[in-house]
Amino acid sequence: MKKYLAYALLLTLLLVAPLLFYPVLLMKVLCFALFASAFNLILGYGGLLSFGHAAFFGGAAYVTGHAIKVWGLPTELGILTGTAAAMVLGLLVGVLAIRRQGIYFAMITLALAQMVYFVFIRSGFTGGENGLQGIPRGTFLGLVDLSNDRAMYYFVLGVCLLGFGVIARAVHSPFGQVLRAIRDNEPRATSLGYNIDRYKLLAFVISATIAGLAGATKSVVFQLASLTDAHWHMSGEVVLMTLLGGLGTIFGPAVGASLIVTLQNTLSSGPLGAWVTVIMGLIFIICVLAFRKGIVGELQAALRKSFN
Amino acid sequence: MNASGDFILQTQKLTKGFLGFIAVDSVDLNVERHTIHALIGPNGAGKTTVFNLLTKFLTPSSGTILLDGEDITAARPTQIARRGVIRSFQISAVFPHLTVRENVRVALQRQLGTSFHFWRAESSLNVLNERAEELLDLVGLLRFANDEVADMSYGRKRALEIATTLAMEPKLMLLDEPTQGMGREDVDRITELIRRVAKGRTILMVEHNLGVVSTLCDRVTVLQRGAILTEGAYAEVSSDPRVKEAYMGKSAA
Ligand SMILES: Nc1ncnc2c1ncn2[C@@H]1O[C@H](COP(=O)(O)OP(=O)(O)OP(=O)(O)O)[C@@H](O)[C@H]1O
Ligand SMILES: [Mg+2]
Repeated sequence: MKKYLAYALLLTLLLVAPLLFYPVLLMKVLCFALFASAFNLILGYGGLLSFGHAAFFGGAAYVTGHAIKVWGLPTELGILTGTAAAMVLGLLVGVLAIRRQGIYFAMITLALAQMVYFVFIRSGFTGGENGLQGIPRGTFLGLVDLSNDRAMYYFVLGVCLLGFGVIARAVHSPFGQVLRAIRDNEPRATSLGYNIDRYKLLAFVISATIAGLAGATKSVVFQLASLTDAHWHMSGEVVLMTLLGGLGTIFGPAVGASLIVTLQNTLSSGPLGAWVTVIMGLIFIICVLAFRKGIVGELQAALRKSFN
Repeated sequence: MNASGDFILQTQKLTKGFLGFIAVDSVDLNVERHTIHALIGPNGAGKTTVFNLLTKFLTPSSGTILLDGEDITAARPTQIARRGVIRSFQISAVFPHLTVRENVRVALQRQLGTSFHFWRAESSLNVLNERAEELLDLVGLLRFANDEVADMSYGRKRALEIATTLAMEPKLMLLDEPTQGMGREDVDRITELIRRVAKGRTILMVEHNLGVVSTLCDRVTVLQRGAILTEGAYAEVSSDPRVKEAYMGKSAA
């Protein structure tokens, strides 16, 4: 019961937020929260450290931008196209990487993502260093004009809640149950008759798809798809967000993403602008040394302790 | 020739080499149906490697594995599991971050055919709870059903492992040192449990505790440096001077 109350409160907050804060920043937070949640599905619940998720985030952003700007697709279809592209890319990368374990998996995903990155630098449709600019926001179902920031915010909120819902359901589904078992003990899962590679691959594809949904949406918000979104820095940032918020917790990654995005935003406009990377690094170190389970993970552990 | 229905599992000249070193050397193992068969031998004799070969966690260098007279040498680990050969591991094989009930349920879950359904609610698995709890009751863990496994004692983890294995309805259970590292009381409890669950099944177990072997096992195969040293009933085997020698200073350790 308390849980539903908390959810209702959270939803209300999300609904009134654009009246209190700058909607574009909120939208950025939402997109990264979704991105980190998608990443958490594969790292936190699948136990696989992907270091190439920027390829799906950035790739979907480019495809969406191109579909809307050049092909003239309506906004929703453009986002769907970008998301589908991320799914296909996720399947390709997944098939090649999924048999590797631990650091080898991280390395091969990084290598493949770098290849994708170089394709983006080279090919004309991405606009190279300038990025793909001036993507029109369009309308929602031809009814609501999305160039209005508040309208856009509610659209983004809807998309992100949908994506988040898919992840939360996947985690708490028969599939999620097997996935967590595999994360805990691969050989045992095999000895119980589970073909573990297939489960990991499905988790990877879902994760890549939702990461793509986040990137696609972000490109519409900022009307821009650029190399930054596909750069390996982005892959690293999403690891940081997830760890900071709490690996393998449902809400942790979203909390981590909100903090990081807000912090970056505050710092970059202030006198500490040049130090952003250093400060991020410090946060990472503190996080790894002092609170391993991340903010939400530590809170949960503390709560559990006080109940026992 | 070997199609005798009495043997559930047979190996013929089963061999495994690691970089020029022969860990399992031309082993002919014959496990009779509905018996408890022990595989013993000093550390490094190749017992776990035999298990890894039987379940195809490792690929044999040569030799044949027959299950119910059928050649399964080329089968994959999951196929072998689905044919009812379920193994445990030398170090405990539980899912530490799942609850006790979930551990057993994961083994039952495959039969529902929904294990890839990522859109279905987890509560759809609740139909399995009754069976899971029956199994937990059998191994005396029912009252821990909601606990996270990571916090449990070692003995209970091993008992849970057996419940999970049973959930697979195994024809043949391969247990790798089920009493290793346990206190006296836990050893007795697990021994009793194995005796109970052996009814109507076949068990092949690696065991260092010769007391357990003598009370539990119908037949004993002794492995030394990868090869079979001798085989027979416990009384026979244990009086064999070669076995005594192989175990010298070992069983005391
Ligand atoms: N994957 C591997 N690669 C190389 N050598 C291995 C491998 N697995 C096992 N060995 C070697 O094969 C030999 C047999 O090991 P195995 O684990 O089967 O022994 P064991 O009889 O189970 O011993 P213990 O009683 O200590 O469990 C050992 O010398 C071991 O070092
Ligand atoms: Mg061993």
